[in-house]
Amino acid sequence: MVPLSCYLVLSGILFACGVTGFLIKRNIITIFMSIELMLNGVNLSFVAFAAQWKALSGQVFVFFVMVVAAAEAAVGLAIIIAVFRTRKTLNVDYVNLLKL
Amino acid sequence: MLHLLLFLVFGCACGAGAINLLVQRHPINSALSLVVVMGSLAGEYLLLGAEFVAAIQVIVYAGAIMVLFVFVIMLLNAGEEERTSGSRVALVLGVPGMLIGAVLVAWLLVERSSTVTVAAGALPGDPQTIGWLLFHDYLLPFEVTSILVLIAIMGAVALASPPGMDASAKKEG
Repeated sequence: MVPLSCYLVLSGILFACGVTGFLIKRNIITIFMSIELMLNGVNLSFVAFAAQWKALSGQVFVFFVMVVAAAEAAVGLAIIIAVFRTRKTLNVDYVNLLKL
Repeated sequence: MLHLLLFLVFGCACGAGAINLLVQRHPINSALSLVVVMGSLAGEYLLLGAEFVAAIQVIVYAGAIMVLFVFVIMLLNAGEEERTSGSRVALVLGVPGMLIGAVLVAWLLVERSSTVTVAAGALPGDPQTIGWLLFHDYLLPFEVTSILVLIAIMGAVALASPPGMDASAKKEG
């Protein structure tokens, strides 16, 4: 038997790691992976609360979060390819102009 | 006891993978540690009795999405990231700020949350129940996500195709 707070702390650790990666990483693909890490942390807290309150809606919401994450990954990676094609770099510090 | 042991094993794998994602410089190493995080999260879901969520975590996240990431890393031939002055500023300000935030959130959660324990497999999260819920109570959101996925597919094709693609396609057609 594991207390609910353990699951919540683990989900908080994952979310904090995601935010830290979002802030300190300079590679645009790694920044994108940090966003996925944050979504995973949120999913864990959804499932933990669903198990505590015996409500299956939490697991359905995890399904929706995954669908949105998949759509976001497809569009985001397409944007990364388009950025790399025009700038020839993946470093976000050099991607600072709206128009070349 | 076994439940707690399994939770600790999967949780440690999760945390180690997440920290390794931050430490590694090369994107492919970060991507592989993210696969470790997602795989051990599937184990945590199984401990919570969410079988269906664990299955689609492995299939969709660790399978499809991560393959997409690795494919793009290989396609763009991404090398090690370089340190710039901006990244140093973010490192100096971001890490302490996040540590303070994480400690505050963890303290709040441990102080305020109940000590109710979650039994292994307490909730029947099998595909049949989830599917019934999905196609009765959540039918409209489900249909809306299908439109979202359709738009995402068209957007990805439009964004990733080379600039001269439209003209040549018209000429051939």
